[in-house]
Amino acid sequence: MNKNPDRNMEKAAVNTSVQICGITFKNPVMTASGTFGSGEEYSELVDLNRLGAVVTKGVANVPWPGNPTPRVAEVYGGMLNAVGLQNPGIELFCKRDIPFLRRFDTRIIVNVCGKSAADYCEVVERLANEPVDMLEINISCPNVKEGGIAFGQDPKAVEAITSEVKKRAAQPVIMKLSPNVTDITEIARAAEAGGADALSLINTLTGMKIDIERRTFVLANKTGGLSGPAIHPIAVRMVYQVAQTVSLPIIGMGGIVTAEDAIEMILAGATAVSVGTANFMDVHAAEKAADGIEDYLRRHGIADVRELVGALL
Amino acid sequence: MANKWEGQALVRKQAQIGDGIFDLTLQADEIAARARAGQFVSLYCRDGARILPRPVSLCEINAGEGTIRLVYRVAGKGTKEFSGLREGDAVRVLGPLGNGFSFRGKSAFLIGGGIGIPPMLELAKELNEKEPQTEHKMILGYRSERFLLEDFRAQGEVFVATEDGSAGTKGNVLDAIRENHLSADVIYACGPMPMLRALKAYAQENRMECFLSLEERMACGIGACLACVCKTKETDPHTNVRNKRICKEGPVFDAGEVELS
Repeated sequence: MNKNPDRNMEKAAVNTSVQICGITFKNPVMTASGTFGSGEEYSELVDLNRLGAVVTKGVANVPWPGNPTPRVAEVYGGMLNAVGLQNPGIELFCKRDIPFLRRFDTRIIVNVCGKSAADYCEVVERLANEPVDMLEINISCPNVKEGGIAFGQDPKAVEAITSEVKKRAAQPVIMKLSPNVTDITEIARAAEAGGADALSLINTLTGMKIDIERRTFVLANKTGGLSGPAIHPIAVRMVYQVAQTVSLPIIGMGGIVTAEDAIEMILAGATAVSVGTANFMDVHAAEKAADGIEDYLRRHGIADVRELVGALL
Repeated sequence: MANKWEGQALVRKQAQIGDGIFDLTLQADEIAARARAGQFVSLYCRDGARILPRPVSLCEINAGEGTIRLVYRVAGKGTKEFSGLREGDAVRVLGPLGNGFSFRGKSAFLIGGGIGIPPMLELAKELNEKEPQTEHKMILGYRSERFLLEDFRAQGEVFVATEDGSAGTKGNVLDAIRENHLSADVIYACGPMPMLRALKAYAQENRMECFLSLEERMACGIGACLACVCKTKETDPHTNVRNKRICKEGPVFDAGEVELS
């Protein structure tokens, strides 16, 4: 909210907008699915108009109750979660969450989860006439027994689910990939072969935390997904590998806390980035990352953020 | 005026008042102006490796002075860091969070167990202010060492239970209620889950209203991440499943609406 006219003039001199599948985002910073709900709770503290997009928490064809508690545990430089994709189901989501997000000048990406190919397809078809910009298909959640990661670890299954979803989707389809695989480039190629329009990576890494005083697991689910700054170097490496392998646009995520972290990811090949766990560290993390990218461009005399995308490839 | 405030709060004072129990007063005008008994704040660590905010209940709110008082137990590395805060230091805080207690205009038990005792102090103050004509009895359950006892006594009649019998009734808060033949129409309580379960059953048997403040491991603290849910009897209109968010719809719930595990 700097009212200094000189600063505003400088601001006009750099372009922060990016395009993915022909859709323009005012800046490359999004919120990572599952960390931001559908934006309502954060909107009390955060100006959603300053974000490139809100990526919603995963939504299924019917309401899901999620896992037992405790669902989260802090670890050094990160956290584990096993929320288990609790969600209100697509009907309430369409009635309540989409109209809410439409009030803001930001793009809407709906994260879709399911237990079977038919579940994913039902949600995708239900969204066909809804005013949302893109779909992100979650084939990488480590915390649910059926669906989720089961689809994301086998290249044949990834290709099949991608093409099933693509047949029915009215909006561009982003496949969200799991890092819990031997070779993520193989999965990325499978998504590309299935017709994906873009890729999101990475989801969380499966981890475990033990309470040695009580000699028990901290999470009721025993295992959970590791996120936060601890995983950032892994995410940067995977974005770099995938960017060299496929020609699809990449939304990079995994431990992005600051603008510097976001720029690393962009240099490694991401067209846009998502801020996730950092929202818990600082409710303003995503806004600050967007501002920080602009400052970086100005500081380095770079006119357009797109010059940075994949600059190290 | 937005409901929540986030920013750096100045430490006015901090003292250790028991074994691992700390008493912290923060200058947080915006929070003090809008907070109520039963709400909590998120405190953020300076250590970047401790990424999640710590939820801490409000022990006292002084809107006139613009201060909030937090009495907490050192339970891990985050609270250990807070225990080192000194007058003049700054700490990042977000609040007030959660719903707080609702006032029923009836005679009440204010029951605290262990580190669930501090939030009952602000409740006692607000009840004395808002319902001066109704009778409120405070029942505090300690393992052994007492803290905040003088603060509570300044608010009215206090009964104490200690597990080791070193003061008051030997046993738990229900033992103190029975030993002293106490009665009331409403229970307000905060404390460990076994105590809350027992109070829920006691309230049902005695046809009392019962409001319980629950705790759970949290991440965002504002209702977005769905980490800190509790099971409910009915489908919740927001989550559309039988779960409510402790940080948002709670932490205070009507005992009848939640299933205590």
